[in-house]
Amino acid sequence: MLDQASSLPEKRMVASRVEDLPIRVVSPKIGVLTRLGNIWVFRELLVSLVRKELRIKYKNSILGFVWSLLNPALYLVIYYIVFQKILKNNVPLFAIFLLCGLLVWNFFSNALSSATTTIINNAGIVKKVAFPREILALASVGAAFIFFLLQAIVLVLALLIFRVAPALSYLWLIPFSLVALVLFTGALAVALSAINVYLRDTQHLLELVLLAWFWATPIVYPFQELGVRLSQKHLLWLYFVNPVTVIVLTFQRALYAILGDASGPILPNYSPLWYAVQILIVIAVSAVLFIGALALFGRLEGNFAEEL
Amino acid sequence: MPAAIEIDDISKHFRLYHEKYTSLKERVIHLNKIPFEEFWALQHISFDVNWGETVGLVGHNGSGKSTLLKCIAAILQPTSGEIRVRGRVAAMLELGAGFHPELSGRENIYLNAALLGVAKRDIDLRFDDIVEFSELGPFIDNQVRYYSSGMYTRLGFAVAVNVDPDILLVDEVLAVGDENFQRKCFDKVEEFQREGRTIVFVSHSPEIVRRVCDRAYVLDHGVIVGEGTAPEAISILREYQARGSGLASMIVSMQEIESDSGGEAVRVAMISGEPEERVMVGQISVSFPSTPAAGYLNPGDPMTVTVSYTATRHISGVIVGIQLFDQKGDMVFGTDSDLMGLEPLDVDPEGELEFNFPSVPVTDGLFSVAVGFTSARDQHIYDWQNQELAFKVISNGKSSGYLKLDPRLIQNGSAVPSKG
Repeated sequence: MLDQASSLPEKRMVASRVEDLPIRVVSPKIGVLTRLGNIWVFRELLVSLVRKELRIKYKNSILGFVWSLLNPALYLVIYYIVFQKILKNNVPLFAIFLLCGLLVWNFFSNALSSATTTIINNAGIVKKVAFPREILALASVGAAFIFFLLQAIVLVLALLIFRVAPALSYLWLIPFSLVALVLFTGALAVALSAINVYLRDTQHLLELVLLAWFWATPIVYPFQELGVRLSQKHLLWLYFVNPVTVIVLTFQRALYAILGDASGPILPNYSPLWYAVQILIVIAVSAVLFIGALALFGRLEGNFAEEL
Repeated sequence: MPAAIEIDDISKHFRLYHEKYTSLKERVIHLNKIPFEEFWALQHISFDVNWGETVGLVGHNGSGKSTLLKCIAAILQPTSGEIRVRGRVAAMLELGAGFHPELSGRENIYLNAALLGVAKRDIDLRFDDIVEFSELGPFIDNQVRYYSSGMYTRLGFAVAVNVDPDILLVDEVLAVGDENFQRKCFDKVEEFQREGRTIVFVSHSPEIVRRVCDRAYVLDHGVIVGEGTAPEAISILREYQARGSGLASMIVSMQEIESDSGGEAVRVAMISGEPEERVMVGQISVSFPSTPAAGYLNPGDPMTVTVSYTATRHISGVIVGIQLFDQKGDMVFGTDSDLMGLEPLDVDPEGELEFNFPSVPVTDGLFSVAVGFTSARDQHIYDWQNQELAFKVISNGKSSGYLKLDPRLIQNGSAVPSKG
């Protein structure tokens, strides 16, 4: 008796809001805008998944996230010893120079590697629960970004220890370059995560591509080393086809900020405006790529549950 | 009021690859000649589920019922057509799907809820309910990988029912868990029904469908072959099981469902033969020669199934078949007069047949009996009828298990003496 009485108002409530309830359409034709909307609706899931990635990575480890700091810290020490004490390198404070680019690259490559296998690794969820699956790829990017922030602590400490002064007039570009980087990485991550479900070779191919890409980006060697030679042949544009170059260069220009010394040029002497334009181009291209990636993901998503 | 779920002409197409080539090399080598079979898992399915209804989807394995549920849950995309679902959906296809073994129960509750699209603050409010329902108590902060399967299931169900879904999609999950928990699940389902929530239920257990569903659709080979109240649907399902899947695929013209007064016994008008030649099953009754008054059998007791029939005229070359099903709908036994090595029967317009079973060696349970007539010439089916819960066997406690067998115990070549 009591039970029935208490359930009645709720019953009416369920009925009265029928017209206002959101409608979910399951159909092979779902537009990119709807997909973007769904990602927004499930934004809390993105946070949960990023948190899950982080928790799991360091579950049962005593040092926990300190491990993420040790990797760049060790790079710093080794490169300092090798390139400043043993092999004489003509780049001053080479360890700092390297770290600026390496942080960006670590984010890019970690995000892509983990996003590529994320759908397969989360097959259990993908096959049993309905949610915008591209969030899995975005969560890989998110987790990589958190690691990036942690590793940035090492860079900041290194800047303080070596008393390197950042170029203040370029520093404001950093947040924008990060937006460009995350958007570009996100677009590739979404596309790769879907493709790898059908072509499992993608994950192995990616390793090779990333290796080549790493050396095509001025991380270990200074931009000008190649830039001077390319501009003599009017091929400098080729360098900037690679969006990661723009972002790495921005980091180096703003944080490392040594244009060159007696032994040769290191960074190009472009104005902040030039960087801003380059970053905007990357953002625009990445936005288009991201939309394209979502459309591709939507096409491939329909058969995930069967392919896994 | 708009329907809760509108299914509009959906079809789902699968490719069954004989060999799966997922690496680039293999794809290149086998370019354009990857062997596969086209296969329609669902074909032109359309129906609405109204608010507050509990609708069952029944069918044998491979009928497409689970595929349909996955499409409604948006886990699979239909190849064509559209499904419109209103409100929050909680799909329970596999309880605890999406739990991560490395995370604690608490962390998994939040992750699982986020997967279902529920805001964190809503879960904060319901967290205690979820823990209470799951009966996990202090274990909630342990890693899920240390949970028993029962704990895992309870937590999964607790999350699914506590996210306040408007529509609940359930696939067979109530079959698991201990009896106590099963009752709790049914109570929750009934509570949902009282509250006017909508439930779609996939099961091949007639017992559960009968208990839970208002209405049910019968699927076979991706096509809806019948619709009706739960008992009607179960009977249609039984007819299909009785015929086997080979015949079932031929049946497209099946439309008519004649419901008998009892509601239990339903006759399905099947492949229409010549109207003047038909044998129809009348009454199926079961008697127990050794315990005539008890109304049940002891394991190994004899049983007689009596079938009355009517025919449109004198027909020769008729085969009679019989099948026994257990409560889960699995066939326990089936044969026909042809398989028994008997001559085809000649039937008069009215008559009676008896199947005498000298022994029914099963231990426990409720069983259904299906009887049918087919033509010896072309296997044409005249009629099949199913008697739900025709007889009951009650174990006398001398053995456990499914079958009643009578082993003799020999020790060093001589029989062990009986007690007393």
